Amino acid sequence: MSLFRNIVFTAVIAGLLSGLLLTVMQSFSTVPLILQAEVYEKAEGGHSHEHATAPADATAPAGPAAAATAAHEHEEEAWEPADGFERFIYTAAADVLSAIGFALVIIAASEALGGFGGWRGGLMFGIAGFITVILAPGLGLPPELPGMPAAELAPRQIWWISTAACTAAGLGLLAYTRSAVFAALAIVLLVAPHLIGAPLAPSHETSVPMDLYARFVNAVYATNLVFWAVLGAACGTIRNRLRTGEEAPAGTSPKLATR
Amino acid sequence: MAINSAATSVSVSSSKIIPLSMTALLGLFMVGFVGFSHLDVVHNAAHDTRHSLAFPCH
Repeated sequence: MSLFRNIVFTAVIAGLLSGLLLTVMQSFSTVPLILQAEVYEKAEGGHSHEHATAPADATAPAGPAAAATAAHEHEEEAWEPADGFERFIYTAAADVLSAIGFALVIIAASEALGGFGGWRGGLMFGIAGFITVILAPGLGLPPELPGMPAAELAPRQIWWISTAACTAAGLGLLAYTRSAVFAALAIVLLVAPHLIGAPLAPSHETSVPMDLYARFVNAVYATNLVFWAVLGAACGTIRNRLRTGEEAPAGTSPKLATR
Repeated sequence: MAINSAATSVSVSSSKIIPLSMTALLGLFMVGFVGFSHLDVVHNAAHDTRHSLAFPCH
C-alpha cells in the first residue's frame, strides 16, 4: 500500500499548491468576467440557465408548457454560496479538489508508463494534461460564460469525456510506442472526436458581449496552461522525494531510491 | 536508461496494477464529482471552477 499512500500524498501536495495558484489566477482573470456575464444572464431572464429560448417569466409558470420548462430547470432554487468570500472559498475548494484528482490520474498514468523521472517529465505530463482536458475538448466545446446558449448538458458531457479519453490514449500511443500502426491509430484517436463533432448550441444569440467572451476564452486557456504546467512539474518533483516503503524501481539510481 | 525503464515497467507493473488503478479511479471520481455531477448543490458550489476549467456547465 506504500505506493498508493505515496501517490496520494504527492497528489495532495501538488494539488494544493497548483489548485491554490489556479484560484488566485482565476480571481484576477476569469471570475470577474463570469460575474460580469451573470449580470447579463440575470437581465435576460431570471435564473434560467441553459434555454435561451425559455420565456423570461419561466419562474412563474402560467401554462403546462411553461410548467414543464420550469420543472426541467431548477424548480426550487438550490443552495448556492453567497457572493463574495463564501463563493471564493467554494471555488478554491473545487479548484484544489479537481487539481488533486488530476494529479492522481497523471501520477498513476506516469507510474504505469515508467515514472516521471523528475520535474521535466512531470512538466511533459502536465502539458499532455492541458491538451487532453482543456485544448482538445475546447476545440469542440469552447469555454462558456453564464448566459450563453449551449446544447443539452448530458450530450456535451459525454462528448467532452470521450474526447478527453481519446486524446489521452492518442498522446500516450504517440509518446510511448514506436510502430507506424500505433502512430496511425493515435492520429485517428486524436482527430475522430472532432470529425464526429460536439453537440452544437441551438442558437448563437446571447446578450453577453463578444468582447467579454473573447477575454474570458483567453483567460481560461492562459490560466489553465500555467496551472497544468505547475501541477505536472510539482508532481514530478514531489514524486521523486516521496518513495518511503516502496521497493527500489529497477533502472533508477540507488541513491534516488534510498532517499 | 529509457529502454531499461521501459523493459522493467512491464515486469513491475503486475504488482502495481491494483494501487495504480485505485489511484486513477479515485482521481477520476474526484474530477467527475466536482466537474460533472448533476446535483444542483455541487453545481452551485463549483460553478466558477466549472466555467474556468471549461467543463460543460448549465
